Amino acid sequence: MAGELKGAVPAGPPADGRTLLHPRPLLRLRGVRKAFGAAQALQGVDLEIAPGEVHALVGENGAGKSTLMSILGGSLAPDGGTMEFLGAPYRPPGPAQAGNLGVSLVHQELALAPHLDVESNICLGREASRLGFLKSQGGRVREALERLGYGHLDPRTRVGDLGTAERQIVEIARALFQDARLILMDEPTSSLPARDAENLFGAIARLKARGVSVVYISHFLEETARVADRITVLRDGRTAAAGLPASTPQRDILAAMVGRPVTEIFPSAPRTLGDTLLSVRGWISRPGAAPAAFDLRRGQILGLAGLVGSGRSSLLRGLAGLGPRIAGEMGMPGVPPRDMGGRIGFLSEDRKEEGLALNLSVRANATLSVLGRFRGPGGLLRRDAETAAVREVCAALQVRYRDPEQAVGALSGGNQQKVALSRLLLGRSEVWLLDEPTRGVDVGAKAEIYRLISRAAAEGKAVLWAGSYLPELFGVCDSLAVLHRGKLSPVRPVGRWTEAEVMAWATSGAGRP
Amino acid sequence: MKATLRSLLPCLGLAATFLLFASIGPSAFHCAFNLKTILTQSVIVGIGALGMTLVIVGGGIDLSVGSIIALATVLAAKVLGLGFLPGAVLPWAAAACAVAAGAGCGLLNGFLTARLGIIAFIVTLGTMQIYRGAAKWAAGEQTVTAPASWLNALMEVDPTPAWLVLAPGAWILLALAGAVSLVLTRTVFGRHVFALGSNEATARLCGIPVVRRRLLIYALGGAFAGMAGVMQFANLTLGDPTAAEGMELDIIAAVVIGGGSLRGGEGTAVGSLVGALLMAVLRNGCNMAGIPNYLQNIVVGAIIIGAMGLDKWRQRAAET
Repeated sequence: MAGELKGAVPAGPPADGRTLLHPRPLLRLRGVRKAFGAAQALQGVDLEIAPGEVHALVGENGAGKSTLMSILGGSLAPDGGTMEFLGAPYRPPGPAQAGNLGVSLVHQELALAPHLDVESNICLGREASRLGFLKSQGGRVREALERLGYGHLDPRTRVGDLGTAERQIVEIARALFQDARLILMDEPTSSLPARDAENLFGAIARLKARGVSVVYISHFLEETARVADRITVLRDGRTAAAGLPASTPQRDILAAMVGRPVTEIFPSAPRTLGDTLLSVRGWISRPGAAPAAFDLRRGQILGLAGLVGSGRSSLLRGLAGLGPRIAGEMGMPGVPPRDMGGRIGFLSEDRKEEGLALNLSVRANATLSVLGRFRGPGGLLRRDAETAAVREVCAALQVRYRDPEQAVGALSGGNQQKVALSRLLLGRSEVWLLDEPTRGVDVGAKAEIYRLISRAAAEGKAVLWAGSYLPELFGVCDSLAVLHRGKLSPVRPVGRWTEAEVMAWATSGAGRP
Repeated sequence: MKATLRSLLPCLGLAATFLLFASIGPSAFHCAFNLKTILTQSVIVGIGALGMTLVIVGGGIDLSVGSIIALATVLAAKVLGLGFLPGAVLPWAAAACAVAAGAGCGLLNGFLTARLGIIAFIVTLGTMQIYRGAAKWAAGEQTVTAPASWLNALMEVDPTPAWLVLAPGAWILLALAGAVSLVLTRTVFGRHVFALGSNEATARLCGIPVVRRRLLIYALGGAFAGMAGVMQFANLTLGDPTAAEGMELDIIAAVVIGGGSLRGGEGTAVGSLVGALLMAVLRNGCNMAGIPNYLQNIVVGAIIIGAMGLDKWRQRAAET
């Protein structure tokens, strides 16, 4: 078996090689840097992966994990630093070449052809042929599946008919089929039910036993402690702690994840809490979630922390009427249910796909949900009134734009977000449900958005702010609740949370550590 | 299981349509000669649909095939009229020239979509006009007469060596259907066509040369349209720059009725062949039964939408 594998590094990890630096690491990164425009995504990452090791990569959202994965997988090129794989310089020009060298990325958004069957997907791009005609590679395909403990999966099944867990296995089997020495997994369990996650852990253990190394990104610390041999912590694009043993206490890992200076400037507008605007009781918006209950008061900004996949978005979308409501009640005191819709404003986390119509004008985007107000005689829109209203709200939000007819897609991310917010302002809604309102916005615009939203709250709005960047939530919100896999913590004033407590709840769903 | 049911559906539709006309139409409808006629009538759309199957399975579309067919008839007629070539070579040269021109047109479509990244619908909407214009220019805006040759016999319902039974064009259609089926299901190229249509990003990720594959797909689609043009020429026995106007829609309809998905990744050669036959049966049956032309249009349109509706309904039933 070992004879099949490429390269000279012996397969199989030495039993004591976990905490020591391996004399001949499979992969070694030194000072890897990557910038997107002005934003430094990676500013010096060091990483060493030993042969046959499961290495967890943890860090907050925005720490640079996914960028690092893309660089290793060959879909991004680093700006600087050195990378070595099997002792030779490693700089694949594309994912296919990375695969040829023995590095395969298992994608979060699974990269499979749904119309083709399992075998075709596993062999894709590496079909065996004679004179152009396909030769079955069923034997090798079945072997790859068996190695993962999925020998029962029929290679003739259409991938479109498989569930998420099995699709993931097909992707890993593709990596094995390509003789991968290193498999990169980006949050492989985030979309899996617990039982399927167990099967995945079994498959990973089998990979390890075969001498294949795995880099495992996860937000769930209890999971990484189980699966990984060593843990590397990324923070703000740097390696904060390299190669920690799996037995490292969670609290030390958390400290490495959050211990950074807070650089943003947060507004300190004085706000007084008024009467309750929205009360939510026993709310469940996705299967398996625990019922959530909270009140939102005039002048309040309630932060909703939680990692990607924790259910923040489905909670917000459910409340906004965009997603399902499985159980529970929501009410606005003194407002009949059918009038509630007009009083709740929602800001999508996905500005480009959902929040804005990018090729429409600033004017059209800002007034899209309140067009009825500009209806004149004969049902025609009163353009002058519409434009005046847009100019006014854009001035209030300090949107930097040329004129209201400019396509919103031509503005910077921060200004686009302000246009999205202007829709809430124009709509005269009282309760704002904001999903990651500062995503993809540069630091300067972030500060402005913090200020705008806290001013709106001071003027009597009630804001529910879902986010994953803790300094932001601590800086802007009055109170905070944390979601872990659909389970909401009690709401507490921000002063009674610490970042470590929030991270502990977000990663394990437990109370105070 | 589900896949078999799916591939059977167009066949069931064809059988049902045939039985319908056999019961309401005159007995002349289901006599052997008319069956051969229907088969011959489906040759042009059928050959075009085989090429279109490759294009559609690969996630593309080609609206220019009707114009390519017209251009091919004109070029075939022109080549046949060339005095300086020996007579025995002329028909072969005419057919080869028509097919090559089709391939060239397809290659340009492929280049514009794959290399320049313009969406296929727009590209071929444009080249549909361009190739039609080229055909008119080459023909001098009139039909091009050509000396008689064995090409004219390709579409004769009762072929001259009687043992052929079917028109030579029908045999060519069946042979090409077998070849396309083999290519799609048994070759590396065919596998890549499906992968490209199913998920192009995945195909690129797996190291499939996406641009080169697309060029080849469109070139083949064009070559098939050129071949359909040869059959059209045989039918008309002259080159007509206004021939096959709107035929691209019949060809696309045949692929879609046969189970091809306009979103790519789905479709079979046999299905498209059945789709082309179904269209021919409809047209022929309506004529034989004396159903007026306006009703024919309505029926054909309803069948296309009905086939799609049935497919959507089946998909939804499979999902829940």
